Amino acid sequence: MRKFKEFIIEKLILLCGLAAIFFVVLIFLFLLKEGLAVFKTVSPFKFLFGESWYPISEPAQLGILPLILGSLLVTVGAAIISVPIGVGCAVYIAEIAPLKIKEVLKAGIELLAAIPSVVLGFIGMVTLVPLVKNVFHLPTGLTALSGSIMLAFMAMPTIVSIAEDALYSVPKTYKEGALALGATHWQTIWRVMLPAASSGILAAVMLGIGRVIGETMAVMMITGNAAVLPKSLLVPVRTLTATIAAEMGEAVVGSEHFFALFAIGIVLFVISFAINVTADLFLHKRQ
Amino acid sequence: MRNPYRTQKIAFFVLLVATLLIVIPVGMIVVIIVQKGLPAINWEFLSDIPRKGMRAGGIFPAIVGTIYLVGGAIVFALPIGLLAAIYLSEYSKDNLLTRLIKLAIVNLAGVPSVVYGLFGLALFVVFFKFGASILSGSLTLGIMILPVIVTTSREALESVPSSFREVSLSLGASKWQTIRHIVLPNAIPGILTGTILGLGRAAGETAPILFTVAAFYLPRLPDSIFDQVMALPYHLYVISTQVPNVDEKIRYGTAFVLLALVLFMNLVAIVIRYQFRKKKKW
Amino acid sequence: MVKFDIKDLNIWFGAVHALKRVSMDVRANEILSVIGPSNSGKTTFLRMLNRLNDLNQNFKMSGSVKLDQNEIKTIDPELLRKRVGMVFALPLPLPLSIFDNVAYGVRMHGTKNKKTLEEIVEKSLKEAYLWEEVKDRMDTSAFKLSGGQQQRLCIARTLAVEPEVILFDEPCSGLDPISTAKVEDAMVNLKQKYTIVLVTNNVKQAARVGNRTAFFLGGELIELSATERIFTAPADQRTDGYIRGKFG
Repeated sequence: MRKFKEFIIEKLILLCGLAAIFFVVLIFLFLLKEGLAVFKTVSPFKFLFGESWYPISEPAQLGILPLILGSLLVTVGAAIISVPIGVGCAVYIAEIAPLKIKEVLKAGIELLAAIPSVVLGFIGMVTLVPLVKNVFHLPTGLTALSGSIMLAFMAMPTIVSIAEDALYSVPKTYKEGALALGATHWQTIWRVMLPAASSGILAAVMLGIGRVIGETMAVMMITGNAAVLPKSLLVPVRTLTATIAAEMGEAVVGSEHFFALFAIGIVLFVISFAINVTADLFLHKRQ
Repeated sequence: MRNPYRTQKIAFFVLLVATLLIVIPVGMIVVIIVQKGLPAINWEFLSDIPRKGMRAGGIFPAIVGTIYLVGGAIVFALPIGLLAAIYLSEYSKDNLLTRLIKLAIVNLAGVPSVVYGLFGLALFVVFFKFGASILSGSLTLGIMILPVIVTTSREALESVPSSFREVSLSLGASKWQTIRHIVLPNAIPGILTGTILGLGRAAGETAPILFTVAAFYLPRLPDSIFDQVMALPYHLYVISTQVPNVDEKIRYGTAFVLLALVLFMNLVAIVIRYQFRKKKKW
Repeated sequence: MVKFDIKDLNIWFGAVHALKRVSMDVRANEILSVIGPSNSGKTTFLRMLNRLNDLNQNFKMSGSVKLDQNEIKTIDPELLRKRVGMVFALPLPLPLSIFDNVAYGVRMHGTKNKKTLEEIVEKSLKEAYLWEEVKDRMDTSAFKLSGGQQQRLCIARTLAVEPEVILFDEPCSGLDPISTAKVEDAMVNLKQKYTIVLVTNNVKQAARVGNRTAFFLGGELIELSATERIFTAPADQRTDGYIRGKFG
């Protein structure tokens, strides 16, 4: 009897162990189920590279190039800001900060990770957006630049904590060896620690970018949501994620618009999948 | 590089500036929200329904809605996540399947939140015909926080020394008895920490509930799990962008309540972790 | 009477050949000491007898190990481990109270009656020479005990499930001489009821308590004979060298 009970429990444990795989597959299948329908009316090429997104005009124009470029622009902007600052902060926390300050800084970074994105979006609206508007004398502060700054900020916890882990796991002997040869602390960091931790730092950057591409609420609240081909950082743009979030409420279930939004979901899923698998490879290479 | 010590000074200063560029805004955000949000908080704001098109009154239904959603998510995610963590920590062998499971968890953690929203809409709302409801929203949030729970629980289970397992097995206890009586009791603080972090994450997310449960304006409490509800993060989004002329005080007040709720959960998690480390017996 | 009958036993962990063609026996109600330098395979040998090696993913074996004429591979591991108890190198109390530590194995085998448990716990603690020291604080954490007390608690815990054989894996390696003496006393006393296999790094300990002594080197059984023989007139030079402290 006891044996039978344990047999059942162990099968249940195995089943739950497989749950993660099951859900990933399930998510992908349901995105495909609803999203592939759009290609009955639009070719995949026209969908990805079409230059206009007018989903509710007659006939609907479903080209997501402006959205892809919007996401890309905001993401590149965010990466340019967040990578140097984030890695710098990781180095400072891992190598330079005294123990007590280190704890405070880490708590601060964790705090940032915990703040809901809608709260950050709200704060961005009331502080960052007017600031950008006034500094650049723009008609509106709801621009790609505001989005980039906000997203850079939101990517920090990911970049800092993973890069710090990478630096931390560099063997102590490397550092001691360099210091023993008379290198300064900074030379040791620059010539020894950073190269030794490079694949982990690369993973940190990639996961940070993954976070940025997938971010929805904050970006929707402060980038202005104009689905046009962006010409500079100082105009409103619309990202892939924001498009789904903003339009799904109005799309009729089973309509072409509905299918198109799911197709955008497929694009996002594939991008995040690629980023996570690659980052995971880098992380494992390190070990 | 002529004077390495001056280079070092400059470099360290730059790194310090980078750090401050992150930490100071974080502090400012919290200060601003507390400073401007706290005055809005009173009993009426917390216990009343929204009135006058959300331009007055309180946020009670949104608070209740968020609690329901978070509760539902955890009821679903904790058992599955914990058992999955037990599988990975106690049963899995170093083989392809285990690598696939770990990869799947990494991916689940990386899927954009709005894609979870789409998934919930397609599976729970449309396919299972649950409609936009607490059930759909909770299940969607539950799947989203699954990786958090699996990862932290697994760490907690693996931190129980393997010698305890050997001792238990050497006394003739079965594997499950060992897990049930030795491993789990000693991993509970870590599991609790992970669960609360998952709760905090679920409480703050907006995108996954947009199309699966969240009501724009529903000034009453739900009757069943098939009802829609308001939720704090969505409510904050609505009054910040969708409804014009909302008093700033109400916006900040809502942001304050949401932030306080999430930070409180994180604080509880940190305290549990700290207490546990202090008391750790081995 | 032969308790364990071992024939041509080979054990591998991955590519490492940990035990090589070991054939020997363990007799009922004897103390068999197993000595040898570290990495000689003696602990692997010990953990074979209650199938704890099975926990290692890379474990492979060939040959035969019989307990009372039954191949141990065919015995349910939980039942086998109930019959063949083990005391580990370091004192490893479970994170439970003193009482619950001793009662743990008994409970896992289905005894729930409080009265019965109390009797078993008292009897086991007495057999391990610990009862007098702990009888007034049965509910305190086992981690509050001293190292030597913890190790005797571990012995009591093993005795509580009423094994036939007890395996000791360097049980005194973490203890001071006085605690060691107490543990050794307990062991000698146990010989009347149980078969004991003692792995030890301490050659003198083997000489003090063992009826027979086996010497392992590099995964091979070099020599097995009566303890006096081994220590006075070993058949193999390497045994002689190890006992005199030339290597190890």
